[in-house]
Amino acid sequence: MSQTILNRKQPPRIKDAVEFELQLKACDVYTLDNGVQVWAINAGAEEVIQVEWVFYAGNSYEEKDGIAAAASFLIKNGTSLKTAFEVNETFDYYGAYLNRNCYNETANLVFHGLTKHLESLMPMVQELLTDARFPEEELAIYQQNMKQRLAVNLKKCDVVANRLIDEYLYGKAHPYGKNHTVETYDGLDIQSIREFYSRYYQQGHVKIFVAGYLPSNLYEILNRYFGQLPFRATPEAEPQHPRTPATPKKQRVINDANGVQGAIRLARPFINRHHPDFQGAQVLNTLLGGFFGSRLMDNIREDKGYTYGIYSFLQNHLQDSAWVVSTEAGREVCEATIREVYLEMKKLREGTIPEDELMMVKNYLIGTILGDLDGPFQIIGRWKNLVLNGLTKSYFEESVRTIKQISGKELTELANRYLVEEDFYELVVV
Amino acid sequence: MIKFDRFVLSNGLKVLVHQDNSTPMAVVNVLYDVGARDEDASRTGFAHLFEHLMFGGSVNIPVYDEPLQVAGGENNAYTTNDLTNYYCQLPAENLETAFWLESDRMLSLAFSDKSLDVQRKVVSEEFKEHYLNKPYGDAWMHMRELVYTQHPYRWMTIGRELSHIENARLEDVKRFFFKHYTPVNAILVVAGNVYTDHVRHLAEKWFGDIPPGIKYTRNLPPEPEQTRDRRKTVEAAVPLDAFYKTWHMCSRTDDRYYAVDLITDMLGGGASSRLYQRLVKEKQLFSNIDCYHFGSLDPGMVVVEGKLVKGVSIEAAETAVEEELEQIKQHPVDERELEKVKNKTESIMAFEDMSVMNRAGSLAFYELLGDAQEMNTELEKYRKVTAVEIQEECRRLFRTGNSNTLYYLAGKESSTQQTQTK
Repeated sequence: MSQTILNRKQPPRIKDAVEFELQLKACDVYTLDNGVQVWAINAGAEEVIQVEWVFYAGNSYEEKDGIAAAASFLIKNGTSLKTAFEVNETFDYYGAYLNRNCYNETANLVFHGLTKHLESLMPMVQELLTDARFPEEELAIYQQNMKQRLAVNLKKCDVVANRLIDEYLYGKAHPYGKNHTVETYDGLDIQSIREFYSRYYQQGHVKIFVAGYLPSNLYEILNRYFGQLPFRATPEAEPQHPRTPATPKKQRVINDANGVQGAIRLARPFINRHHPDFQGAQVLNTLLGGFFGSRLMDNIREDKGYTYGIYSFLQNHLQDSAWVVSTEAGREVCEATIREVYLEMKKLREGTIPEDELMMVKNYLIGTILGDLDGPFQIIGRWKNLVLNGLTKSYFEESVRTIKQISGKELTELANRYLVEEDFYELVVV
Repeated sequence: MIKFDRFVLSNGLKVLVHQDNSTPMAVVNVLYDVGARDEDASRTGFAHLFEHLMFGGSVNIPVYDEPLQVAGGENNAYTTNDLTNYYCQLPAENLETAFWLESDRMLSLAFSDKSLDVQRKVVSEEFKEHYLNKPYGDAWMHMRELVYTQHPYRWMTIGRELSHIENARLEDVKRFFFKHYTPVNAILVVAGNVYTDHVRHLAEKWFGDIPPGIKYTRNLPPEPEQTRDRRKTVEAAVPLDAFYKTWHMCSRTDDRYYAVDLITDMLGGGASSRLYQRLVKEKQLFSNIDCYHFGSLDPGMVVVEGKLVKGVSIEAAETAVEEELEQIKQHPVDERELEKVKNKTESIMAFEDMSVMNRAGSLAFYELLGDAQEMNTELEKYRKVTAVEIQEECRRLFRTGNSNTLYYLAGKESSTQQTQTK
């Protein structure tokens, strides 16, 4: 070992992350006998697997509020052969999970389990997709428990703020802006749920995404259980939902008179992924509030101590989107926090972005993507995002290029286009 | 099977290296053997506040995060009642940056007034966000005080009250640092696309000259065995009555731990578990119910908690819970149910081990327990648990005198409370 004294003030040499080559691992694509497409990533050392069925059965397709979410939740609660308990026990016995989620355009079922048990459990998933029964008593329990959960959630300022800001941005009639209420749950009926299931699941359009340690007969298994079912070749056209944004833009709400914090949301309508500004805006967003070293975090948490955390993000919707700043701050410093957020936007519009700060953001972003391209579930997640947004692998490559090449001047232009105070809805819920 | 190499530096720092060259990344994980249980009762929340200060600059480096982000890395940390863990992930080529940063803050912090001042406020906001401004947010503060009369698990990691954090002084910070944040009290794990020889070289170079410090000897008051059931009722402005009940359990390192873990899964782990099926689905007394445990290093708690369906009396709900516990005490579980929760455990372990970051964290944790190698024999220990052991453990856990019950009732007042001992 050398005897020279270590200079701890001197950072070690680094390879700039922007010099790293980022490759999105290629995806295998299969088509089952009935035309259903499967995207598959075979990677990872652990013998685990994830299978996701994405149906075009989100709340954009429902005619009555809450039906899509209820169908998604209750799909697992009984078939003509098995009770809800028996369905759950089937997955649990093998240490497997079948989760379901309902989003705006899509609703999914996600299976996680050990690869060795895949074949034992696919018949159960098939049964749910062909023969879910939706018993009346299961709906009644769902209604009761969801209303209870809602009552608790409505006591939380952050939940109330998230609901309201979406209503302001899109309007209550828009799928992105509607929220479930007690009336939504009371209005559910089993007939509508069964019809929705029949149209959007049994005979709906599905895409399948698989990742992990894949068995050699994966195609054969999927084809046997899902390749013979009567799914549609393409999704149904989505009903059109015009935006009906609220006025005025500045709102203050007291949800709990004794609350010690306020949930702050500043949000503006935004473009979707197909717009040429979107990828640059993601870099700008990172700099503004997208990571721990962002300007908002640096100023409002690390300098002023107004909050435990503050973030900004671009909503991940397929159609319209929004650019949102979100934090919970001390009740007495909420207005000061909002002033500082606008001040940071102003600085981005009017000041020059220092080279070293831009380099840090770029390196951080590339490093994060590099780490994120590591696991099979993350890789398939990126592929799914491309497929559902109607994009190809070149979009990923383009976004990496944007991160590496975008200049401070281009970011300043974007800030002038989008980070404009007057365009933002402003909400505080105490 | 998670393979690793292990060596100890001359200053006592334990180093574990787990090589996985399938990833382009490296993970550096530093675990300090100090948690909220090591705090003074009049200065609670300190271990956690301290974790925040670890990002406020060290003796030679003004800020921690920036150089890491420049190197394409990201990081975080957490504090529990038992330990404090710091981890970062970055491209393996830039591994040395993590050594530079982590070693400097083990050497000494900058101890800046500004950082303390700001982080006191940040932690106060964290306290409000998670514990004061959320319905039922203070339930565990009440429960911990009921369960522990002597042991410092009496308080949450965030602290007993805001004033403890607000009153923290720089001298306290310094004393805490030099007592606990030293090589002899730390475990370093380096994982990912790394090689042991290179890690050894970097560890010697960056950590080798840090003074060892004095091995901290923990001497905590043990919690005396509880012989009479205790209960407390709290009324607050929440929409639903909530029920919390806990029982004292063995420590994480006890052989009986595995049976306890499986029992909580049978009772409350998911949609086919006993409590969910019987009390949410069949009897409809609860709108949700969970059973879990605190697998803490000193003896912890098994918990049943749930929210009641409106109109159900909390006494009736409690009786129904007790009936289920009576069932599992009286009748041995069948092999299929036992197999189910063992399979679940196997599956969870496989999923956890997918990420290098998790593997690094687990190695550090098992090394703290005594030997990182134990990570690889864990599943075997679960597999060996018998139905007889499950029954014996249920009888031991759910015995009269071993429980603490909290009724958290929907009321108008923002927080009134009464305590009674039965």
